Amino acid sequence: MNNMYIAIIDYNMGNIKSVQNALSTQCIDARVTKDPDVVKNASAVILPGVGAFGDAVKNLKSMGLDNAIKEIIRMKKPFLGICIGLQVLFEYGTEGKKSSGLGIFGGTVFRLTGNVKIPHMGWNSIRILKKGSPIFKGIRDGESFYFVHSYSAVPSDAGIVSSMTEYENEIISSVEQNNVFGLQFHPEKSSLSGLKILKNFADLAINKQGRPY
Amino acid sequence: MISKRIIPCLDVNKGRVVKGVSFLNLKDAGDPVELAAFYDREGADEIVFLDITASHEKRKTVVELASRTAEKVFIPYTIGGGINTVDDIRDVLKNGADKVSINTAAVISPELIRKASDIFGSQCIVIAIDAKAKAGSWEVYTHGGRIPAGIDAIKWAKKAEKLGAGEVLLTSMDRDGTKDGYDLALTKAVVDSVNIPVIASGGAGNLEHLRDVFIIANADAALVASIFHYGHYMIKEAKEYLISQGIDIRPILQSTD
Repeated sequence: MNNMYIAIIDYNMGNIKSVQNALSTQCIDARVTKDPDVVKNASAVILPGVGAFGDAVKNLKSMGLDNAIKEIIRMKKPFLGICIGLQVLFEYGTEGKKSSGLGIFGGTVFRLTGNVKIPHMGWNSIRILKKGSPIFKGIRDGESFYFVHSYSAVPSDAGIVSSMTEYENEIISSVEQNNVFGLQFHPEKSSLSGLKILKNFADLAINKQGRPY
Repeated sequence: MISKRIIPCLDVNKGRVVKGVSFLNLKDAGDPVELAAFYDREGADEIVFLDITASHEKRKTVVELASRTAEKVFIPYTIGGGINTVDDIRDVLKNGADKVSINTAAVISPELIRKASDIFGSQCIVIAIDAKAKAGSWEVYTHGGRIPAGIDAIKWAKKAEKLGAGEVLLTSMDRDGTKDGYDLALTKAVVDSVNIPVIASGGAGNLEHLRDVFIIANADAALVASIFHYGHYMIKEAKEYLISQGIDIRPILQSTD
């Protein structure tokens, strides 16, 4: 398939239309899909979502989307997980009882701790660790994004963390390894700063030869 | 740390903004979606729509509002007004709203809070409480402030949290429309009683009122209507003032392109 498009995976985890709308404002062809083949043929893939870890993983597996995601990542196509879409990339979740994730990254997703309101909901700033990250192009250190979550990933390799956020304790707000990106916050709900991140991600769908993956 | 939020509130009737916002240079200042998109660009942290349409068409207008807003507004938005059932909630969320605000229906049937938060998550269930001072405490009113419910506002907020509400939208009926400032005692009493965010509403007349509700009452968010709609202040001005007062507020971005 020669046409460039971004696949947004629909796995019955809440409203995902806003991600597509956000990409539409940047004139990007984004297709919401449940079809593993449409995912595999995309130039880049976004896994959005809100909800519980266990349900998210179960839905991905029963729809055959877990293998499509692994294949996309193996092919080094740009992949972006948002919120629960970031968390399921890890080995284990602890929401309800301990359960397995997709295991793209080592580490576990834990409930937030400290004397704080849960969910962590609202605008919070990020401290960027990977300053040269393509996804943070044009984003300033300390810029704010919109968060809604009760759980947070703790990676076994601290080297994948690209930004941190303070919520009494510091939590990871994004991860990055090769072409795999994860955001704990919601770029589609973070106004101009969030739209810029989605645009930065979409730009990665064009490879160095100027062709879509 | 997490920022305090500034939330413009738009009253909507049959798909139109109720109070004309004529000062704005918008194509259609009566269109709630245009106006919400304007406030997004201006630096609002969220938007609340209160739909006061009184007709059998209501459900359709609310759903249409949710879905049109999703195309143009990229900050979280809440829709309230006549949300009565799990199906109402599903319709509005499915069409792009981030949260629903429930008032009368939750008082009549508190189980709705539990059901809705089990299905959709606490984060999208906002309990709107209209409260009026009465003999040293505050009484809850329903049906748009017309009918006293005979229950205590603080107790009701606690109960709503226990049932799964993710946030409280607290309106002081005594202050609403007065521009005399938020009811700080009421707001503080609720903030101190629950461990979920509280949005203070009713009475904002100047920027000191916003400062006070954040610093004295420790509200998580302030709902603001007329002082923005009528152009007394721009959001940017309000935010710059609050930041100068040491309050943690999301600053307004200067374009870096």
